[in-house]
Amino acid sequence: MLDSAFELLRQQAEGERSAVEIAQQAIAAIESSQPQHNAYTHFDGDLALATAKAIDEKRAAGKPLGPLAGVPVAVKDVICTSDMPTTCSSKMLRGFRPPYDATVVERLRAADAVIVGKTNMDEFAMGGSTETGAFGVTKNPWDVTLTPGGSSGGATAAVAAQTVPLSLGTDTGGSIRQPSAFCGVTGLKPTYGRVSRYGLVAFASSLDQIGPIAWSAKECALLLNTIAGYEQRDSTSLDRVVPDYVTATDSNDLRGVRVGVLREAMTADGVDPAVQAAVAHAIGVFAELGAEIVDVDLPHREYWVPTYYVIAPSEASSNLSRYDGAHYGHRSEDSDNLEAMYCKSRAEGFGAEVKRRIMIGTYALSEGYADQYYNQALKVRGLIRADYDAAFSQVDVLLGPVTPTPAFELGAKIDDPIQMYLCDLFTVGANLAGVPAISLPAGLTDGGLPVGIQLQAPALEESRLLFAGAAYQSATDYHTKRPRG
Amino acid sequence: MAELPTTTIIGLEVHVQLRTQTKLFCGCSTKFGGPPNTQVCPVCLGLPGALPVMNEQAIELAIRAGLALQCDIPPMTKWDRKQYFYPDLPKGYQISQFDLPICVDGVLEIDDPADPEKHRKIHITRAHLEEDAGKSMHDETAGSADSRIDLNRCGTPLLEIVSEPDLRTADECLAYLTKLRETMVHLGVSDCEMQEGSLRVDANVNLEIDRHGEVIRTPIVEIKNMNSFRNVAAALDYEVKRQYVEWEDTGWTIKSKGKRTFGWDDVKEVTYPQREKEESADYRYFPCPDLLPVRIPRERVESIRQSLGETPGEARERLQKQYGIKAYDADVIVSQGREMVDYFDTVATHCGDGKRASSWIQQDVLRTLKERDENIDSFPVLAADLGNLLSRVAKGELPNDRARDVFKHLVEKGGTIDQAIEALGIEAVDESEMETLVKRLLDANPKVVEDVKSGNQKAIGPLIGQAKKHNPNANPQTVRQIALRLIEQAP
Ligand SMILES: [Zn+2]
Repeated sequence: MLDSAFELLRQQAEGERSAVEIAQQAIAAIESSQPQHNAYTHFDGDLALATAKAIDEKRAAGKPLGPLAGVPVAVKDVICTSDMPTTCSSKMLRGFRPPYDATVVERLRAADAVIVGKTNMDEFAMGGSTETGAFGVTKNPWDVTLTPGGSSGGATAAVAAQTVPLSLGTDTGGSIRQPSAFCGVTGLKPTYGRVSRYGLVAFASSLDQIGPIAWSAKECALLLNTIAGYEQRDSTSLDRVVPDYVTATDSNDLRGVRVGVLREAMTADGVDPAVQAAVAHAIGVFAELGAEIVDVDLPHREYWVPTYYVIAPSEASSNLSRYDGAHYGHRSEDSDNLEAMYCKSRAEGFGAEVKRRIMIGTYALSEGYADQYYNQALKVRGLIRADYDAAFSQVDVLLGPVTPTPAFELGAKIDDPIQMYLCDLFTVGANLAGVPAISLPAGLTDGGLPVGIQLQAPALEESRLLFAGAAYQSATDYHTKRPRG
Repeated sequence: MAELPTTTIIGLEVHVQLRTQTKLFCGCSTKFGGPPNTQVCPVCLGLPGALPVMNEQAIELAIRAGLALQCDIPPMTKWDRKQYFYPDLPKGYQISQFDLPICVDGVLEIDDPADPEKHRKIHITRAHLEEDAGKSMHDETAGSADSRIDLNRCGTPLLEIVSEPDLRTADECLAYLTKLRETMVHLGVSDCEMQEGSLRVDANVNLEIDRHGEVIRTPIVEIKNMNSFRNVAAALDYEVKRQYVEWEDTGWTIKSKGKRTFGWDDVKEVTYPQREKEESADYRYFPCPDLLPVRIPRERVESIRQSLGETPGEARERLQKQYGIKAYDADVIVSQGREMVDYFDTVATHCGDGKRASSWIQQDVLRTLKERDENIDSFPVLAADLGNLLSRVAKGELPNDRARDVFKHLVEKGGTIDQAIEALGIEAVDESEMETLVKRLLDANPKVVEDVKSGNQKAIGPLIGQAKKHNPNANPQTVRQIALRLIEQAP
């Protein structure tokens, strides 16, 4: 059993264990988990041990150490690392090693974290089950016949399987929160612009955000402290002071906090009774902690999924143009002219879901259709943002479900894209509006599977989410449940 | 059959490379001529995960250009992606500006080539910023299918200046391009070096044929990527004739055929249609989500307007009037850009002789700049120093040729004028010492004396050369005067 990040920091500070010993434990855990769960696309024990050794030496020499010193961290394989491949789980980028680190990776290294490997995902982060990647599916550590969710399924499974205490995922339409709910861990999608996207391979640039995954809100706060903050290499990065998120989780006094409940969402058709029960129970917990419960509505909620599935594929179709076989990555060997090289390289390199979204996006942006689809979606996005502004003028946080159901079986929806897209029913709103949102473990089904709840807050109010999440976790023990395995 | 009366309708799209130190969205150098793929980074290579960051200097220069073209600068502009597949285009899209360009609705006034007394107003529709693509080099040798790509140019900032179809002849186009280039260079917006690709021209051409009162419009042809004024003129002349013949042969009109894309073959001197596919391109423009819209406050535009200074035309007029130099000389100086006008102003003021300053700048300074492949703003001899040097020449303290030695010394070694004079061993020569020397030389060259006496003053030339050999500080002017006096006094 790997201890919490805070416990690992304490053990090293008090000389109970070294960073090398912790890294050895993480590597052993990855080696035993990998054949069962396939949470990683790449891990490098030697590299991790070398990093850990350097940290131990720094500590021995009395040099100052970063806030994540010796803590093993896994990084989703859509984030660039100069010393490990970055594949986005695509054949297109098999073996691609970027010549640079993403900003978040630079910050992890500066914080003396030990990066142990890259986690599996849906290809180019497109999917809700970590089944669309080129390097095999990831299995849910709670039940290996189930999906861990997606696209950050590898990142959440890596935590759930207790190979690392912390991991970085990315969330474009719910890709941190939905797998966090399926894997019984805590995952935060920060405000758009709060964490630099430099070095994050783009899926849908106006929606993508990197965020922390851990067992608890407090550990998410620790990781967010390291990765958040302005950076001039990302023009959409927000130049605003980063508060100490860990300190924000110290209080659990929720008196006077207004919690808005999306009552209609909670009871909508297709929402599993276990999910409804978890949300109802959470409302009770928040009320007991002193929060004021207020019913609110986000009137354009029914347009979230259609709006998302126009904007995200449109941006993706453009962002993925660069994978054409000309400069790096997969190039078809079966082409004798430029056009054939483009067509065949892309046909061979991309999987079905990526192709589907490129085609949807290309169509939505094409001459004569852009006004009907893309431009229309941009207008609706404005209405969705206005809904959030109106809601947050009444309440401090919004409470509701993360997903309509608990984790489903591997293969159950992979041939039914519409069913798969509906997994994002409750999560895409936060991405369209750019606001932060957190997924918290909130109970187990009768069958022993995790169920999550979601809290959302106004832009840049991650502290409020982490504080409310930590307060909830101080009153419940769902985040301490571990899969048997 | 006689040709029907025809009007040619031409609109030009001119791409000028902005004179920034770094590229539009990254810190890579824009310098021309580096070894292939040495001026690149993850951003301009479009590597996965890299993000663009806007270059403020490019915005500044684009506004300068726009104001000089009497454009409006809207308070908000934004970036869009223009998508197409091309090996030179690493991201698969070009970051450009679609519906909210940085400059709109301008005018460039040109001299009417058909009547020097008149002017023509050519309207500018818009000018927008965009990044340049790279360059492909194809090995055409038989059996080889080797293509190499140099991405050094990727991300170089371009301003695309689009005119209304107000131009009527190739000569008008040349007048427009000349004026445009002069304006851009003068303002320091662009070097406009066509051979380095920093000015490129596309032309949209069609004809309005008057068939007995009925106006027929031929299909528009866009001739792409012409890189010399000569090519523009030749291509337009060719295309006008071609379109007339094509219309006679086929009857195609703008309604039946729309717009097509042609290239210019400067070897065969013909325009030729490019692939059909490129004509029906759907660029799927949409706002670039990696870059925020750009707000341009009024105050910023006004402060740039204040810094624009005089136009090239105003500068030319002023230099002629203020320093009494010829129109041609003023032209040469102004055509080098505003920094050169400033340089000239300082030199002329310090030396008090505009003509001398002008001739030195045109001969010595420009030649040295060319040899050293340098701009005037990094020229080692400061304008004030050159001005002071020339003032010594004007006062007769230093002969012209020795001043040239001093200038060369300053270019190569730096330092002050006095240090250069000392290093070169230049001293004022005593008049009587010089007279003795000239007398000795005249005695040794009776033929020279004879020739001068018979009216050939040029015969003194070789004598001056010899005098300088004996004493490098000998002033040719003084030697000549002494020699003439001595010969006259001789019995
Ligand atoms: Zn660059």
